[in-house]
Amino acid sequence: MTASTDPATKEPFERVVQAHGDVVWKVCRGLLPQHDAEDAWSETFLAAMRAWDRFDGDRVRGWLVTIAHRKALDVLRAGARVETREDGPPDRAVEPPGRDLDLWAALARLPAAQRAAVVHHHLAGLPHADVAALTGSTPAAVRKAASDGVRRLRALMTEEPR
Amino acid sequence: MTESTPTEAAMPTVPATPPQRLEALHRRLEAAATGDDAPDVHYRHLDSAVGGLLVAATEQGVVRVAFAREGEDAVLQALADRVGPRVLRTPGRLDAAAAWLEAYLAGRRQPFPLALDTRLARGFRLSVLDRLREVPYGERVTYAQLAASADAPRAVRAVGTACATNPLPIVIPCHRVTRSDGSTGAYLGGAEVKVRLLELERTGRLPD
Repeated sequence: MTASTDPATKEPFERVVQAHGDVVWKVCRGLLPQHDAEDAWSETFLAAMRAWDRFDGDRVRGWLVTIAHRKALDVLRAGARVETREDGPPDRAVEPPGRDLDLWAALARLPAAQRAAVVHHHLAGLPHADVAALTGSTPAAVRKAASDGVRRLRALMTEEPR
Repeated sequence: MTESTPTEAAMPTVPATPPQRLEALHRRLEAAATGDDAPDVHYRHLDSAVGGLLVAATEQGVVRVAFAREGEDAVLQALADRVGPRVLRTPGRLDAAAAWLEAYLAGRRQPFPLALDTRLARGFRLSVLDRLREVPYGERVTYAQLAASADAPRAVRAVGTACATNPLPIVIPCHRVTRSDGSTGAYLGGAEVKVRLLELERTGRLPD
């Protein structure tokens, strides 16, 4: 590969936003309450745009999800939020009731490791090994956390009042 | 992606993100992308009286006006390659350029001074564009006259190329350059758009 500073091979950043805005939103929203997720989303793309001329990998989605994961951690630390206390009034005011709210609300009730595994593996589509690298875990542990998380999610969602 | 990685329990359906949600998020990004975090290139679309336009600017000024027929992907990639890859759609930052184009196409001769960034033209092509900016509203010059005014009377073809690659059509009036035989000649936005712009400047009204 040639020098990473060569801008001639880079696609316009707007194309990155168009291609990956949705998956980054699902990651942010899967890890954070509505309003914090909005902040994390824009901070993710702002940070990515800042580094875009230096990024020389070919796995843009994984790179963005990594940034989003860190931004989500920053937000959680800054707010010192208790994860099970999310999805308060702002969510219900903005999003219509139904399956949409149910998934995010149910995700918020998972233990942190299961939540991260489900979000990064099932919502972002990362392989277990990549999720493990991201969360400082092992592929086997991520596989189990994702599997347990999905089972728990389904139980939570069927118990959820409609 | 869920289907390809089966687990004991199937992942619940992930709701589709409404387009309005992504648009609102994009506006947050646009609002935050200022100062040190400003993109290399801002751009927006404009539905104008001469068809769809793409207008792009740097922090210095308007750097590109492109007709829809030039192809958005090609135009944006060229901007990424030649100006910088941080290209972001920021409609709010291009209000002045949009207002200028709309006023001009509505018949205003000199809407207001518009900051330009001519970095996409270099050398001889840039000097041709500089001469072009001196051609008054409503007047026409031939490629040969423009070559002479750029101190290169034999460079008529090169002048034609400079006009054909004008990064700022309409704003830098390459439509005022016509052929020596009196025909209007080719134009980036299509020959019919050139005819309409010349009519606009002659009559004050853009014909349909």
